[in-house]
Amino acid sequence: MTMLSLSSSPHHHNRRDIGQVMRLVCYATIPGILANVWFFGFGILIQVVLAVITALVTEGVIMELRKKKTERVLKDYSAVLAALLLAISIPPLAPWWVIVIGTFFSIAVVKQLYGGLGYNMFNPAMAGYVMLLISFPMQMTSWLPPLSIAEQSHSLWDAIHTIFTGFTSTGFSVEQLKVGVDGTTMATPLDEVKTALLQGYTVTEAKSHIMFDGNYGKGWLWVAMAYLLGGLFLIKTKVINWHIPGSMLASAALLSLFLFLLDGDQYASPLFHLFNGSLIVGAFFIATDPVSASTTSKGRIIFGAAIGLWVIIIRNWGGYPDAIAFAVLIMNMAVPLIDYYTQPRTYGHKTKASKDS
Amino acid sequence: MFANYDKIIERISLNQLWDFPGGVHPPQQKTLSNQASIEHLQVEKTYYVPVKQHIGLEGKLLVSEGDKVLKGQTLTTSEAPFSVPVHAPTSGTVTKIANHVSAHPSGIPELTVIIDADGQDTWIELDPVPDYAKASKSELIERICDAGISGMGGAGFPTHIKTNNSKPLEFLIINGIECEPYISSDDRLMREHAWQIRQGIDILVHILQPKQVIVAVEDNKPEALETMSIACQQKINYQVVSVPTKYPAGGEKQLIQVLTSREVPANGLPIDVACIMYNVATCYAIADAIVEGKPLIERVVTLTGQGFKSPKNVWARLGTPIQSLLIYGDYDESQQSSPRFIMGGPMMGFTMTSVLTPIVKISNCILVPADDELPNPEDERACIRCSACSDVCPASLLPQQLFWYSKAKELEKAEEYNLFDCIECGACAYVCPSEIPLVHYYRQAKADIRNQKEEKEKSDKAKIRFEARKARLLKEKEHREEKHRLAAEARKASLSTDGGGAKDKIAAALARAKAKKEAFAKQASNAPHMTDSAESEKTKAVSVSEISTEVAVSQTAQGASPAKDGPEDDTAANKETTEL
Amino acid sequence: MTLTVFALAAIALLALIFGALLGFAAIRFKVEGDPLVDQIDAILPQTQCGQCGYPGCKPYAEAIANGDDINKCPPGGESTIKELSALMGVEAKPLDAAHGVEDVKKVAFIREDECIGCTKCIQACPVDAILGAAKQMHTILIDECTGCDLCVDPCPVDCIDMVPVDVDSSHWEWKFNKVPVGDIPIRQMS
Repeated sequence: MTMLSLSSSPHHHNRRDIGQVMRLVCYATIPGILANVWFFGFGILIQVVLAVITALVTEGVIMELRKKKTERVLKDYSAVLAALLLAISIPPLAPWWVIVIGTFFSIAVVKQLYGGLGYNMFNPAMAGYVMLLISFPMQMTSWLPPLSIAEQSHSLWDAIHTIFTGFTSTGFSVEQLKVGVDGTTMATPLDEVKTALLQGYTVTEAKSHIMFDGNYGKGWLWVAMAYLLGGLFLIKTKVINWHIPGSMLASAALLSLFLFLLDGDQYASPLFHLFNGSLIVGAFFIATDPVSASTTSKGRIIFGAAIGLWVIIIRNWGGYPDAIAFAVLIMNMAVPLIDYYTQPRTYGHKTKASKDS
Repeated sequence: MFANYDKIIERISLNQLWDFPGGVHPPQQKTLSNQASIEHLQVEKTYYVPVKQHIGLEGKLLVSEGDKVLKGQTLTTSEAPFSVPVHAPTSGTVTKIANHVSAHPSGIPELTVIIDADGQDTWIELDPVPDYAKASKSELIERICDAGISGMGGAGFPTHIKTNNSKPLEFLIINGIECEPYISSDDRLMREHAWQIRQGIDILVHILQPKQVIVAVEDNKPEALETMSIACQQKINYQVVSVPTKYPAGGEKQLIQVLTSREVPANGLPIDVACIMYNVATCYAIADAIVEGKPLIERVVTLTGQGFKSPKNVWARLGTPIQSLLIYGDYDESQQSSPRFIMGGPMMGFTMTSVLTPIVKISNCILVPADDELPNPEDERACIRCSACSDVCPASLLPQQLFWYSKAKELEKAEEYNLFDCIECGACAYVCPSEIPLVHYYRQAKADIRNQKEEKEKSDKAKIRFEARKARLLKEKEHREEKHRLAAEARKASLSTDGGGAKDKIAAALARAKAKKEAFAKQASNAPHMTDSAESEKTKAVSVSEISTEVAVSQTAQGASPAKDGPEDDTAANKETTEL
Repeated sequence: MTLTVFALAAIALLALIFGALLGFAAIRFKVEGDPLVDQIDAILPQTQCGQCGYPGCKPYAEAIANGDDINKCPPGGESTIKELSALMGVEAKPLDAAHGVEDVKKVAFIREDECIGCTKCIQACPVDAILGAAKQMHTILIDECTGCDLCVDPCPVDCIDMVPVDVDSSHWEWKFNKVPVGDIPIRQMS
């Protein structure tokens, strides 16, 4: 008699595996990256390439050492995604070793030393970012002005040259590239406002700087919009749920609105916070990392909302102008607790899962 | 208690239903098989009728090997309340009653009556109920039981148990949802036999007296919806409802939630929220049993999947080996690299272990997928905690947590996370991007927990018996020692009160005997011989009792295990001695 | 001098107060729990087979409580060792092969026409699961039999077999590799 082949139900699958999910997230960053190239030059592309190569090599070597099926693991694209997210978070012309060290740390320490995909407690990209920020503050804050107001423009070749040698092919340093058409050194909009506030100016006065175009930093608004587009695509394709980005943006907006109404001179408006800096990227691409985020619906809302609060708190009173990474890492630590207390009520049960037994 | 009754009626009449959390929308694939009407099969050569085809206990066999049986003849009786009889699917001879591969994922052989058909297909004399409206409730329920009807939607719960209801009932729900992809047996049955289903509903209404009947059909079956509406239009309290297509809307608990917003309590039954649910095929079978007097010997089975050249629906007799159905549906070997046959749908069905697996009361579908149609899953990857599973769980469980605990064999934790509320619908594994066979882990964990509980009960019993035995042995020993001690004390006491002790007594007795002997000797010359011999026997008896006394004393002193009635002998001997 | 006295007095006073507090707490918050032996006994499989070298499960439980190894129970196997290690806070060791190996569940079966009715097995059975009388045929109460094996040796005519318990479909543990067909479809990656 012929042997029949057996399997366990369900025999059906929607045929979307981890690799596909991760790839979709990678694709969703494309509009943002393109916008970034348009406004800030080719640096980000070089960073992405460096990060992805480093991540694949690191993950591959570790998989070999751990005697796992290397090819299969690499095909899940999780390392690529982590590298990509780190690359889009750092200054475009940061030296090559910054992104290499950061990616290596993200993959080797934050992800693999905790047991690999699915076991890491912290978001690898953000832990890598924080490590870099603390270790190399100078390189990590060398943000460029948008090309439209930069004194020196730079080409793709210049970008590569700068990343690997510190100087463009014509001999300008990063410091010189940072100088705007008005002859002053540029920073990010958030940084600019924070510095101005510390010097006693009001928010409105700070925004009269050349880098601003009304309420938003030149270029920054469009980059944020491009990431928002990618994020909405992810929600549409059900790769991520609305819970985390929704609650995160809402809570950030509400808290900043409250502060803005309290004192418009000291605190920037909600729209300023939403579209300057990395809040949009953070909400759609970073806080939604499944492994280190909360797993229940209610928990995700709490998780997102708390990140939003932390971001505004740190931006206004903390030492750093942007705060997505710190906010995400802080809430990563709270995930087990949130998960435990937000268990949904099971069908047919009166109270929460673990309490009625 | 159920205050929202009027609200429910109102919403149902407006077709504004509720929803259940989660759920998935797998590709339907119903058109593969639902285009043509249900076909009848020729009589098979051999049928394999398992004695147990439902949840509960098997009935007692009424036939033995070599017996001739008629179509519809009862093969087992229902003795215990939870047992349901099975019937001969055709006329012929019982060739064997033995273990045969079961219609169960394990395929573990179970007791099966094997019948060789004689080709005549002769019915036994049928005994319909002429007018069920005049029949008593209990008689109808007994008829349903005798016809061997158990839930035909999947679980196989004995129908007569469900129907024997004494609690208040509001909604009688007729389940025509058929939410699993591919399957179309209920769809075809509703399209072609709506009137008989309606008769079955009428009978149930007569027995159960519900306030309202709801016939629920998923909106992907417009034809069935229409035929059922026409069949039920004369009855004012019958409402045919179109339910939005979503898997698993046909689950008993989910359908009740969709229709009434009520939740069946954990470990409870639908009647606890004043609902009872029957599958349309069960209603059809009930009408057959009461109106025609026919027992349940056949059902509609969908033959579908790209592995069949001509997928269709057939009336298959219970006990038909699926081998025959494969031939009938024109199985295309080239579609499968290794043969894989699924009984049931792609979400909850199970792969069969043999082509001789028989069709049973719950088999609604034989699914033969082509290789790329329902590919075997790849090796599972690590869980990435994406919670896609909890988003689709209709029971609002946390499948991810259940998976961790099940895999790590932390069964207590798994139970704490309500593992047993999982209905094994498979929605979680369907969406899992890591392709983890989640349901498989849950089933293993559930089986482990059940077996462990049983083992625990058994070990508790063993412990009690062991302790009881130990206590008994101890008591026996104590009892024995106590007896010996008492005996020894009694003897000691008697010896000391007599002053001289046993030896004196013996000496005295001997002296007396001697004196008597001498006296006899004196008389001997004058007296007859008879007396002499009698007296000497008496002397002998005395000496015997003396010896036994000595033995007993020595034994007690040594503390060795004595003969059981030693002490009694002792006392008796003492007495005798004293008397002497 | 007075300082020293004062310090000593203060310490003595403190000691007194804390002592009283501890004493009070010990009485007030006394934990009424299962004694350790009972907890261990609850984990053991209660086959009473004596393979551990003690005459029954309870005595072994007492021995474990007094520091004996936890890996001497073949009928309990890995799972029992795991539970014991969790309870006792010691490392789980593999089963000590000197005491036997983990086996499938079995029950004793008396070939009844060979039984001479000697009652020796009845005396050996730790859970009174054998029914019979002198010179009468004996039989096993399957539901009570723990599969301890102790009745097999005493039988002078060797009419007792240990037969594996058949798994029926309701006790099946969803292990496809134990199915007659023998295919293992669930490929799991660690």
